[in-house]
Amino acid sequence: MDFFSLLYFRFKKVWKSIRLYLAIAGPGLVVMIADNDAGGITTYAATGAKYGYHLIWFLLLLIPVAYYVQEMTVRLGAVTKRGHAEAIFESFGAFWGWFSLIDLMIVDWLTLVTEFVGMTAALSIFGVPAWLTVILVVLLMSVIVLNGRYWTWEKIALGFCLLNLIYIPAAFMVNPSLADIAGQGLIPNLPGGLNNELFFLLMANIGTTIAPWMLFFQQSSVVDKGLQEKDIKMGKLDTFIGSIITVSVAIFIVIVTGTLLNGAPIDDAATAAKMLMKTNHYVGAFMAIGLFNAGLLGAICISLASSWAFGEIFGWAHSLNTKVKEAPWFYISFFITLATAGVIPLIPGAPLVLITLFVQVVAVTLLPAALVFLILLLNDKKTMGEYANTPLQNIVSTTIVVAIIILSTLYGVSALFPNLFQ
Amino acid sequence: MRTFNQFFSKIREINQRYSKPTVEMSRAVKISLAVLRVYLFLLVVLMIYKFITVIKVV
Repeated sequence: MDFFSLLYFRFKKVWKSIRLYLAIAGPGLVVMIADNDAGGITTYAATGAKYGYHLIWFLLLLIPVAYYVQEMTVRLGAVTKRGHAEAIFESFGAFWGWFSLIDLMIVDWLTLVTEFVGMTAALSIFGVPAWLTVILVVLLMSVIVLNGRYWTWEKIALGFCLLNLIYIPAAFMVNPSLADIAGQGLIPNLPGGLNNELFFLLMANIGTTIAPWMLFFQQSSVVDKGLQEKDIKMGKLDTFIGSIITVSVAIFIVIVTGTLLNGAPIDDAATAAKMLMKTNHYVGAFMAIGLFNAGLLGAICISLASSWAFGEIFGWAHSLNTKVKEAPWFYISFFITLATAGVIPLIPGAPLVLITLFVQVVAVTLLPAALVFLILLLNDKKTMGEYANTPLQNIVSTTIVVAIIILSTLYGVSALFPNLFQ
Repeated sequence: MRTFNQFFSKIREINQRYSKPTVEMSRAVKISLAVLRVYLFLLVVLMIYKFITVIKVV
């Protein structure tokens, strides 16, 4: 075989792999990028404003953490063809099933409220009233979901994922010092020592990287897309690329606020956007657009995670490939979850701070259980066969899960009792 | 009333369908579930304590 034939053969082989990846890509990318939701953007903006570039190394550590947890849902979904809620019901019985399902409903609904808070705050910067934002979002999301095809929904969601990359040009526009980023951000350090404030922010970053709805969403998404065991390799690659993108976006947000707002007190991303507008109008506008998009993407995935889980357990048709007539309860539950959460930020004097606090605390009750069930299910050789966890995978995933449980518990407890660790 | 009855009969049906866990109850699974129960119990106690102290302040 001559050189050009070999080159052509290699090119065809690579092109075939790329086409296969593009066909399978979706659940991993969407879930990982949606992980940078409104709450996540606030956390990263606050991290950059408070500690500059100093915690970039810590964010990089979250790539394997997010990947190892989420790739397990790909294997579980592709092998069992069941969502996470159904898998828990079937494997651990009704008690643990109801506990997970009810907890998931509460966490998802509360998180949805925070997404709407983020979206209304973001568009209020451009003079859009909150009620109009809520109506537009509910309409837009209904149109996206009601098209009757998973494929179309996924491609639209991937379009919103692309918009999440808006923080990358924003970071270049603030002209950060590459030497400072490398010097301060890539060498592990704890600025000012490990005090209560730093510890809380580190835990918040972990909490926003691994959320309970992500496990339920990705597994149901893998099932709805119809991924098979042969697709697991590409599904894992999809998740890995997604975890790199999500952390990269987080780092670019840290660079933006670390460069322009270093030392400024940031309580939420909308405040950061307003402050950025005073320094650089376009960067501030990018921050606001990114915040709205993050809230929208989060809301799309979270509301679907709930509807899928409900459908799995109640035996309703629960696929995006079905029309409203074929799966009325699936779409009704989606719409009710969305609309009721959207109304809350419009109520004058609604306890939004309390809701944010509740999200953190209730998530702490669900996340450890969901993660423990995930590992136990991945060790069920009878069901998983060759796709069960290997001893090495068990060591890595168990270490990550135990660390997440300890840190998220401390995060939840410190949210309940803010003075406990001072 | 009929809707409520249908709903509760559905719940009963689900409970019956998933009454027996299918996962092999090995020692590791049993220990994990027991630890999870204790963990969640402690968390609920903490939340109730917080709720009572908040109510007292109000």
